[in-house]
Amino acid sequence: MLLIPCPYCGPRPELEFTYAGEANISRPAEPESLSDEQWAAYLYQRTNPRGMHAERWRHVHGCGRYFNASRDTLSDQFQFSWKPGESPP
Amino acid sequence: MAEQPVRQSALGAARATQGPHAAACLRALPAASRFSFRGSPPEAETAGVAFGVPFSLQSCRAHQTEDRAALWLGPDEWLLLAPEDAARAVQAALIRALGERPYALIGIAHRNTALEISGPRATMVLNAGCPLDLHTSRFPVGMCTRTILGKAEIILWRTASEVFHIDVWRTFAPYVWDFLIEARARL
Repeated sequence: MLLIPCPYCGPRPELEFTYAGEANISRPAEPESLSDEQWAAYLYQRTNPRGMHAERWRHVHGCGRYFNASRDTLSDQFQFSWKPGESPP
Repeated sequence: MAEQPVRQSALGAARATQGPHAAACLRALPAASRFSFRGSPPEAETAGVAFGVPFSLQSCRAHQTEDRAALWLGPDEWLLLAPEDAARAVQAALIRALGERPYALIGIAHRNTALEISGPRATMVLNAGCPLDLHTSRFPVGMCTRTILGKAEIILWRTASEVFHIDVWRTFAPYVWDFLIEARARL
């Protein structure tokens, strides 16, 4: 089982978490000025990297918080995690 | 004349009467008043003074006095436990202390119920369905957290080295009870 480092509770088993997609995606400030392609890109297109990936997790069966984590998509190793609004270490 | 509502144990008489057991004893805890407190640390500090138990600002820690406890569940969330007849007093004290400041206090006495597992092999029984490391070096006395047991979400709180308080939604309580009995039988 993966151990996921919650920035509030420390390392915890993956069963307590839900995945919440790629991190650092901001909603366009003026959606009405976007073309359909740009809007579709915001909604659906993700980087899907081979290697380090910044992503959001929620400690749903724990403190209930969302946070950011950096995970290697090849090895599933978590590098570090950080609270929303903070910069990665 | 309206009849007084009667609170019934979520576990029922059959489950609540378990005899002693060498590995781990299970018992249903009496009804209590419970509140979910949501607020920032400054509000939590004031609320702790009014409640009579300081709210832990350290993650996953509970503070308790003889009959009250405040359990950290999240950076802005605490579970308050008090005797059943103290509900109105707790509510009044916190409302008076916090006034117009931003917070939320929700009575959840009817949502949750509690049971206790104690004994030299209590951690082994719990680990049949709970993936946490329950060694005292990783889960010391006074530590509390929401976690999972089998398919149910529970709040696990170590009140003594071999005693755990389990707070669970009342509809999940029979499942949790039977799960632990089954796990104990398979030790």
